Amino acid sequence: MLGKKVKPRIVFFIFLLVSAVLVVFIVLKSLEENVVYFLSPTEIYNKTNISYDEKIRVGGLVKKNSISKNGTSINFIITDLKKEIVVSYNGLVPNLFSEEKGVVAEGRLRDKKYFIADKILAKHDENYMPPEVKKALEKSNN
Amino acid sequence: MFKNFFPNKILSLTNKTINSLVIFLVVVVIIGLTYSLLLSPPDYIQGDSVRIMYVHVPSSFIALGSFGFIGIASICNLIFKIKFMPLLAKSLAPIGCAFSLISIVTGSFWGKPTWGVWWVWDARLTSMLILFLFYIAYILTWKFMGSFERANKISSIIGIVGLLNLPVIKYSVDWWNTLHQASSITLTSAPTIHYTMLVPLIIMFFGMIIYSLIIFLMRYKTEVIKFKLNKKKNYK
Repeated sequence: MLGKKVKPRIVFFIFLLVSAVLVVFIVLKSLEENVVYFLSPTEIYNKTNISYDEKIRVGGLVKKNSISKNGTSINFIITDLKKEIVVSYNGLVPNLFSEEKGVVAEGRLRDKKYFIADKILAKHDENYMPPEVKKALEKSNN
Repeated sequence: MFKNFFPNKILSLTNKTINSLVIFLVVVVIIGLTYSLLLSPPDYIQGDSVRIMYVHVPSSFIALGSFGFIGIASICNLIFKIKFMPLLAKSLAPIGCAFSLISIVTGSFWGKPTWGVWWVWDARLTSMLILFLFYIAYILTWKFMGSFERANKISSIIGIVGLLNLPVIKYSVDWWNTLHQASSITLTSAPTIHYTMLVPLIIMFFGMIIYSLIIFLMRYKTEVIKFKLNKKKNYK
């Protein structure tokens, strides 16, 4: 059915494709540290060669009742429900920044439990719903 | 149905077909826009900026989808030497290019009020930008590569290499920590988007696919005519 020339082309193509996929995989794997946008508190806890001078990003949920404001400075706890990190920040936070919502903080670690942020980003999750539905959900949860 | 994309069949595509498709498009888009901009509720946390999603998500889908077609057409072109494959891919490229740009720009407009920044270099956003650059490279190859044979080969290789980027875009939010949220609509579980927002999204989706189809049919017909007239010599 296939022409004489087609078969070697397919073999060559599959060979090429497999090697290209491998190359992409190896490149992404070796760049993993740069591809990951932020680290979770657990990942920071487990990390052995951590740098305290380099800028890094920590992400997770803002712990409930952990936000304390004092003028323009704000303290809160980022949690991934296993480990926690206290974040201290001076400046304006995005509108969507709130308790039990996703957040990414950019800055430097003081130690494994304390982080000085110079930028706060709010992370939105994949849930979309009208306010009434959210209220109804909260009601049924309580 | 696939037979209708054969070069001789596409020439019988009349303005009448296009016009009826345009009327259909206008109706769907008017319904879609009214639903998504006026009737659908605001989000419980994002407020009205959720409405950007009704343009952003379908655009991204079309950008990914048309490069998928370009990649497959490029494979068929290089292996089986099917003559109309490059014409098909070439007519799709500007559509996907425009929609990937729309996806990036609307995403920025959404990112500023939601995340607090216009742009971050996370895996999803970066791989989407790479897709846009692949489109640009693909289109420029056809513009500046001189002979048909050369442009055909190089653009096909770009199409196939770019194909590898698509799963990276799709699964970037699952493989790595990204600022961009995970998918709300997946094949395996119920959508995490309320139906009052899902319905307008699907209508807009449908509308933008019809739009792409119209532009594609018109471009494809033009490409076939150009190809037949020039017989490969000055074809660009």
